[in-house]
Amino acid sequence: MLAYLIRRLALAAVTTWAITVVTFIILQLPPGDFVDAYVAQASALGTAISAAEATALRHAYGLDQSLWVQYFKWLNLVVHGQFGQSFEYGRPVTEVIGDRLWLTILLSIGAIIVTWGLALPIGIYSAVRQYSWGDTIFTFLGFVGLAVPNFLLALIVMYVGLRLLNMNVGGLFSADYQLAAWSWAKLWDLCKHLPVPILILALAGTAQLVRIMRANLLDELRRPYVVTARARGLSERRVILKYPVRAALNPFASTIGYLLPYTVSGSVIISVVLSLPTVGPLLLHSLLSQDMLLGSTIILMLGVLTVLGTLLSDLLLMWIDPRIRLGQLR
Amino acid sequence: MADPILQVRDLHTHFFADEGVVRAVDGVSFDLFPGRTLGIVGESGCGKSVTARSILRIVERPGRIVSGEILLRRQTGAVVDVARLPVDGPEVRAIRGGDIGLVFQEPMSALSAFHTIGNQLIEAVRLHARLNRKRARERAIELLAMAGIPRPADRIDAYSFELSGGLRQRVMIALALAGEPRVLIADEPTTALDVTTQAQILTLMRRLQQQRDLAVILITHDMGVIAEMADDVVVMYLGKEVEKGPVDAIFHAPRHPYTRSLLRSIPSVLARPRSRLATLSGSIPHPFARPGGCPFHPRCPDKLTGLCDTTVPAEVVIGEDHATACHLYTTQDAKVPA
Repeated sequence: MLAYLIRRLALAAVTTWAITVVTFIILQLPPGDFVDAYVAQASALGTAISAAEATALRHAYGLDQSLWVQYFKWLNLVVHGQFGQSFEYGRPVTEVIGDRLWLTILLSIGAIIVTWGLALPIGIYSAVRQYSWGDTIFTFLGFVGLAVPNFLLALIVMYVGLRLLNMNVGGLFSADYQLAAWSWAKLWDLCKHLPVPILILALAGTAQLVRIMRANLLDELRRPYVVTARARGLSERRVILKYPVRAALNPFASTIGYLLPYTVSGSVIISVVLSLPTVGPLLLHSLLSQDMLLGSTIILMLGVLTVLGTLLSDLLLMWIDPRIRLGQLR
Repeated sequence: MADPILQVRDLHTHFFADEGVVRAVDGVSFDLFPGRTLGIVGESGCGKSVTARSILRIVERPGRIVSGEILLRRQTGAVVDVARLPVDGPEVRAIRGGDIGLVFQEPMSALSAFHTIGNQLIEAVRLHARLNRKRARERAIELLAMAGIPRPADRIDAYSFELSGGLRQRVMIALALAGEPRVLIADEPTTALDVTTQAQILTLMRRLQQQRDLAVILITHDMGVIAEMADDVVVMYLGKEVEKGPVDAIFHAPRHPYTRSLLRSIPSVLARPRSRLATLSGSIPHPFARPGGCPFHPRCPDKLTGLCDTTVPAEVVIGEDHATACHLYTTQDAKVPA
């Protein structure tokens, strides 16, 4: 068990390091460098930046040095929790991301909880009552859900909200609280705005998870241990919930690993459509305007989030599967 | 002899698939007595396991009992027809594990890998007896000890994958007996085990049968196991019973050509070296392409053309408790093989 844990932690560390390398390469991919983009942007806005200033900037960022030196300098910055200046906003990247990170995490966790809360019972029902009316309806809805792009769903919800219910479903705050400092009133305002985006984000992953749960459980329901549990006199409900559902949760738990980053990266378009102040739209924007330090910081964050999610699902697996805990499987 | 504890009367269990109806059990009758073992024997796919599952009412959809009676004398003395009870009702659930225990072929997959054996055993104990957790745990340890598991107090917290195949089957037996049933159905209990372990498990089953006056239904395709364990034998073919009788009659005076073929295919140490083992020609027909007349006629060495392929044979009484369903014994002019 300890060996498993250490192996996973070591792997997570190595993966995180690999992500910094990849992020750095992405950083260098566009033609020119940060300063070129910065100068071009500035001149487009009418402010000229002198060659001396540009050289000074290049020197400040170490852009006149070799790639290796640049990488380690950048790594040094990242390790110390500094991600540099955002060119577009003229403020430190950490400050630009600021609250958005917590709002993103809040939305993601909310979406994951709702996804599980919907997908688990529907998946169990669909498997136990395979080919029943209910299963057919959920299967149909599931395939519609898989086929319809989520931003379309977001648009429909907005339209319905605006036209029929006369409410504005966009954003996470009312206009009054948009720029206000945090207070109880602002928190309550946030709570009122959360359900709709959380539901739309959650529905994105639900259809898929229902299919996974249904398939897993159908496999397990045919196993001999289900028959023996039934033969011992347990009620049908207890047989199913205690034995096959438990076994079917196993592959389900590993989906957490990709759900976490998916709710961030997969929700970029939804967030733009619903004008949610999350990290997603910021990433899109930074890539469009070549604000590379901001973009790479977000990509690095997504990478770390994936690693964390995977680690979390590994721990979860260890907790629910004694075969892993006792070192029978790896 | 005492009264039978279980009487199965003309049981029919069919599976209603889209492609047609599979008559998995098609008219089976037998009596089961306390302290005695009934062997049900036949090739795979002949309906042995479905018979067992019908008795416990755990036949899975699209299968269901179409007709017949399963008369069980319960602990209280009342006789109930299990075939008429609602499928997941409280009475059927009390019978499962409480009156009738089931041991399965695959001890690995028949135990949950996610729960300790103690968890499953204590659950079974408490389902059929009002005991607090502590008492139930003590009872579970007793059951493990009774099933011949060394160091039961340690093993109770183990997972099934930490035990050997033989120990797992002992756990299965302890689980089946947790509700103090008086009928034990063992469905191929030794098939997945090596020969030495097989012998140990059979010895254990016989000892427990004597201690508890258990009525045992032993389902197997292994004539050797039948010879060692059974008092009475039912031979099944394609859902029908083709011959039944006391074990001595079945082994020393088999009547049905199918029983004879099964017995010929047992390897013997007395056989002439290098001689070929007799095999049963052909294979079981596809369930949807069931032959007309006697189901065994396409493979039968003694078939009477014009009769066996058109008419279903009725059961003929041969001797005391010995009967067979074969035209060779109904027609006057038929040449009865000696």
